Amino acid sequence: MNLPTLESINLAASLPVLILAGWACLLTAIDLFISPERKHWTAWLAVLGLLASGVALGFEAVAYSQRGAVSAFGDMAVVDGFALFLQGVFLLSAFLGILLALNYLPRHNIERGEYYTLLLFTTSGMMLMAMAADLIVVFLALELLSLPLYVLSGFAHPRLDSEEAAMKYFLLGAFASGFLVYGIALTYGGAGTTLLSGVVEALVGGGPAPNPVLAIVGMGLILVGLGFKVAAVPFHMWTPDVYQGAPTPVTAFMSVGAKAGGFAALLRVFLIAFPATGDTWGVVIAIIAALTMILGNVVAISQSNVKRMLAYSSIAHAGYVLVAVAAARYPEVEPLAVSAAVFYLLTYAVTNLGAFAIVIALERDDGTGVEVEDFAGLAKTRPWLAIAMTLFMLSLTGIPPSAGMVGKFFVFQAAVQASVGDPLILTVTIIGVLTSVISAFYYLRIPVMMYFRDGEGQANVQPALGVALALTALATFLLGVVPAPFLQMARHALLTLAG
Amino acid sequence: MPGVILFAILALVAILSAIGMLTSTNAVHAALFLVINLACIAVFFLGLSAPFLAMVQVTVYAGAIMVLFLFVIMLLGAERVPLSSRLRWQAPLAIALVLALLAVTLLVAFSPQVQGNLVNPRPVPPEAQGFGSPQAVGETLFARYLLPFQMVGLLLLVAMIGVVVLTKDERKPTGHISENAQASDRAA
Repeated sequence: MNLPTLESINLAASLPVLILAGWACLLTAIDLFISPERKHWTAWLAVLGLLASGVALGFEAVAYSQRGAVSAFGDMAVVDGFALFLQGVFLLSAFLGILLALNYLPRHNIERGEYYTLLLFTTSGMMLMAMAADLIVVFLALELLSLPLYVLSGFAHPRLDSEEAAMKYFLLGAFASGFLVYGIALTYGGAGTTLLSGVVEALVGGGPAPNPVLAIVGMGLILVGLGFKVAAVPFHMWTPDVYQGAPTPVTAFMSVGAKAGGFAALLRVFLIAFPATGDTWGVVIAIIAALTMILGNVVAISQSNVKRMLAYSSIAHAGYVLVAVAAARYPEVEPLAVSAAVFYLLTYAVTNLGAFAIVIALERDDGTGVEVEDFAGLAKTRPWLAIAMTLFMLSLTGIPPSAGMVGKFFVFQAAVQASVGDPLILTVTIIGVLTSVISAFYYLRIPVMMYFRDGEGQANVQPALGVALALTALATFLLGVVPAPFLQMARHALLTLAG
Repeated sequence: MPGVILFAILALVAILSAIGMLTSTNAVHAALFLVINLACIAVFFLGLSAPFLAMVQVTVYAGAIMVLFLFVIMLLGAERVPLSSRLRWQAPLAIALVLALLAVTLLVAFSPQVQGNLVNPRPVPPEAQGFGSPQAVGETLFARYLLPFQMVGLLLLVAMIGVVVLTKDERKPTGHISENAQASDRAA
């Protein structure tokens, strides 16, 4: 048994997540001394933790550009460009998630300090997920990501739909975790190790006791478990009810964070551990991607509740990222497809958080006001809000000048490159383009409502929400107009086996 | 030889306590029978040179979990179990399954491979020596699996916070407790 040294644990490399998790633990205790009327202090302290983690992440990114990827905690985690980029996305989403909640919680009389600490815990789970290099760490990170989200979905208890959301999410989530654990166990049985780098060795051959059949069955079950997290068809059933029932800031954060976390694990596990069986999972993921895009976009058309519509839209967007995942199985396309996927997740994060910020502004204290009709006349009463919402809807559809257009462009570019000699990916890409056109129908209904229908158009934009809105709108616009610097960063978001 | 005699006595005690646990109608008695059974298994672990596992068995299973069992039984006042069970098909099915398991075990035990290994025991591989010792378990847990170990710690903390958030209502801090007390007074 070789004991770990300070060099092999490499605390410096995992400093961003260590700061965040440690600060979350401390904040849990500090929160006890903050009186109930001053819970916004907890929120700002949580933001402080995110900032500190972000600074550490910045230093780590500079270090990465000089020395490349490194392992941490022995070989349990790896800090590479992929992990660093996604960790940045998670920190940004958590920061915006806190801004969205800051005024919403007291307005709905559900403000408690634990909201912010749980948010930090789930963010640290996501960050660990991005750097997990062992299936055990993948599983634990997934649980650390999910448990706080189950609680947050039920944060508005005893409101019934919030309780229903928490219960549904928890039961189905636990069920999916069971699939994931069973898949990991079978992979361990087939490959003799849970290390991603060990699994690939065992499957390619030359490992200790390769049993490819067990490992392939395990791979399928892992796909089920992670497919649930990213809300891919046919594991999407929980999404509409949970998104509708959970408090809106939670839905906003969940739709972005949990999805990106799930994709972080999906990309790393399948591209690092199972490249040898790419023919198998490539086909399965391509078919799932097609189904996800079709169902998400088609069912979203008939939704009148905006939260529910955004839930189906989030299913549809999972489909577009899955197209990139399916394309990434070809080694020559992999760098492009991976950076397209993470860039797409970034654009989706800022756009969707912005769209939900508008929903929060419109939502009344009793939880109503989130129907499509409630947007009528908003252009006259709140012109800036209407412009921002139009921008978000254009971005979700994928129309310039917005982030979503650039994101979709790179996903489809990667898919087209991969489709040379692979008619399935070509078909899926065509389905993706067609469903984007379909999606315009329900996304653009909201701008039509705002500009061409008369109505009261009430909205309540409080300061923190206004800041969040301005930031997301600006980011959506900038990512669409000058995407080059961000794309440059995404280009460095490469997966590495180990440092 | 003394090892075999010790094993025989303990095996008998383990089986009898298991039967006693199944047949006793008092839940407290059943729980106490289970304690005896778990203690016997702890000694078996000791005999298989896994001292750490034996101690964990005693402290966690025979200790902590059984105290929890007894506590819940007494708290709910569920000592008396009704004699007639509604699940009548359960007993014959259980007996059939036990017999099937026994048959498989005997088949394996008397298979040529196992018998051959009994006659010429294979040498213990070097990596298995010291396997299951407190030192080996500790080193694995805190060195190789340091990160997962810490993450489990975080996970348990989150679960505790979650339970408190979902069950304890803190929304109206002033006068809330007295309101609750009044409500329960009225209910009583």
